[in-house]
Amino acid sequence: MTIPVTYDDGPPLRARTQEAVADDQLRANLRSTAASWTAGREKMRAEFGFDEMRDRAREIRRDNIRRLPELLDRLEERVRANGGVVYRAADRDAATRYVLDLARARGARLVAKSKSMATEEIKLNEALEEAGLRVVETDLGEWILQLAGQRPSHIIAPAVHLNRTQVAELFRAESGEDLPDDREALVAYARRRLREDFAAADIGVSGVNLGVADTGTLCVMENEGNARLVTALPRIHVAVMGAERVVADWDEAAHILQLLPMAAIGDDASTYVNLVTGPRRDGETDGPEELHLVILDGGRTALRGTEFEEALHCIRCGACLYSCPMWRTVGGQAYGSPYSGPIGAVITPLLEGTSSPRGSELPFLSSLCGACHEACPVGIPLHDLLVRIRGAVSTPVHRRERRGARIWAAAWRRPLVYRAGVRLTRLGLRVLGRDGWITKLPGPAGRWTSQRDLPTRWPPTP
Amino acid sequence: MRALLMRTCLADHVAPGVAEAAKRVLERQGVEVTVPRAQTCCGQPGWTAGHPDQARQVARQALRAFAGADPVVVPSGSCAAMVTHAYHELFAGRPEEAAARDLAGRTFELTQFLRQNDLAPGPAHDAPASVTYHDSCHMLRLLGERDSPREIIAGAGVELREMADTDVCCGFGGAFSVTFPEVSGALGEQKARSAADTGAKELVACDLSCLMHIVGRGRRVGVPLRARHIADLLDG
Repeated sequence: MTIPVTYDDGPPLRARTQEAVADDQLRANLRSTAASWTAGREKMRAEFGFDEMRDRAREIRRDNIRRLPELLDRLEERVRANGGVVYRAADRDAATRYVLDLARARGARLVAKSKSMATEEIKLNEALEEAGLRVVETDLGEWILQLAGQRPSHIIAPAVHLNRTQVAELFRAESGEDLPDDREALVAYARRRLREDFAAADIGVSGVNLGVADTGTLCVMENEGNARLVTALPRIHVAVMGAERVVADWDEAAHILQLLPMAAIGDDASTYVNLVTGPRRDGETDGPEELHLVILDGGRTALRGTEFEEALHCIRCGACLYSCPMWRTVGGQAYGSPYSGPIGAVITPLLEGTSSPRGSELPFLSSLCGACHEACPVGIPLHDLLVRIRGAVSTPVHRRERRGARIWAAAWRRPLVYRAGVRLTRLGLRVLGRDGWITKLPGPAGRWTSQRDLPTRWPPTP
Repeated sequence: MRALLMRTCLADHVAPGVAEAAKRVLERQGVEVTVPRAQTCCGQPGWTAGHPDQARQVARQALRAFAGADPVVVPSGSCAAMVTHAYHELFAGRPEEAAARDLAGRTFELTQFLRQNDLAPGPAHDAPASVTYHDSCHMLRLLGERDSPREIIAGAGVELREMADTDVCCGFGGAFSVTFPEVSGALGEQKARSAADTGAKELVACDLSCLMHIVGRGRRVGVPLRARHIADLLDG
């Protein structure tokens, strides 16, 4: 069976952004959370020497990716030595198929999941559900989205686009109970419901923030305790890890584990850091009987040695998302990819190719303002990567644009032609201007005046 | 002291007065300014839109027009950043690489050049008593210039009223402004409101592109703003 891994259905990106811009509630929700996180991060930046930490993290990640094959081999060897099973999935289909086959072979019926972007990427839930299994997201935000039938809008805060009132409505519909719009009551309800599933689940599926090659340890960060239950209670633990998420040793791991929540939300530690070093051993009383590590390549290792290699340095903290004016304006769901924001606009085309609708459109959803680079705890020049990726896009739309660019270049590399164009433009502005302004332009320029007036005199008269 | 002035294609087309004001500001500070006739555009429109080959053809003309050893002064943070930040990549491994790197090393945004040479122009005769300043993104993040324009504004004796979120993008973004006009417009509106909320008499920036977008959007949504390029604040 081939699992569909892209969801390029639905209207084009511009239409999705139009819809999002018109949604005042969405924008208010995004603005309030993003602002509080930014404030938290700025505080941390001052208190903990964020800039120095970022420089060290950049060195660590550069080294990790340069040594990736060696580190992955070592990680695999250590996980095996600890009693785990390792599967290297070349692509998304292979990763999904492995988990599906495992679930079938073990006769599993219920899968409890903690938050994982890699499983979003491989569309694991859809595949498992299609095969008749029940899948429960146990991260509160992910569970909310599961109830709402939505995709995550942020890497670490998937339901950040919804407010408390909206969540309460969902929970009331789900429970049939008259739950109040009260934070504690809502969380208590979710906890009660989810506990039942932790106990009954046959398989726990988690992501992996970092794999530590030296000891074969998988680090899973979280704030709710649900990942601890998912990785410890069910008989089988399946951890799905992007192939780039490996560090050499504990020195490096400790640094990244501290930096990630700092960049993400301005905390110097996440509430839980689960360290999984093999399944239950003889004499131990808890932990899963089986541990499976699925290492997902899915286009990652092919980026090594290219001008896009730095995209692999990402530690998936989400800081670039909420620092991004575009993401803050339209939210993550408009991106139509599991990975939204600047890093999503970069890795979606890199992992999926630039010929799919979302792979070819997302790199352009950026003003290249560079706020993402400033926020990135490993210093990825996301704005530079976006420019490079734009240059690699070659859909019919962009080929048509490139023909226009050729005419532009042929004219503007010749000063005489350029100056003739300047005179013509100035004449056009004089002719079309009324009281120093143009409010409607014909043709493609109409996209400018769809939103703004164009001053024909400078400085403009208001 | 001598300098070459890069007029910028946007000023050429819609606000030639900005380039002329920049020239007069420099000349009044004793700088001998040459405006090379052979200049067109730095190539940024093609570069950021994903057409590096075409951008390179245009940028090559900039290399020719601004050859020599004199510093190049640009009344735009974004065009200056194109030269200093992107030219090395645009010409990497090509015969012009050395020339591109050389040009990058002697290209300065207007206020950056003024500060680095301890030049402190006074206010224009019609300068407002107070302004608010918009940090254009490439000026702020690619050139790292938060301070120069503020020091220049203070040096001219004009009161600066900081707006909320002054370092957040106004949403212009070159072709972005027409590829995703609604997102661009939403951000422009926020920026126009932040500027208006300061109560400052005028909005000032080092980039004409942002200003045109912000005042144009402001006018459309009922937030009329007076705005001028920083060169116009210092001209005379």
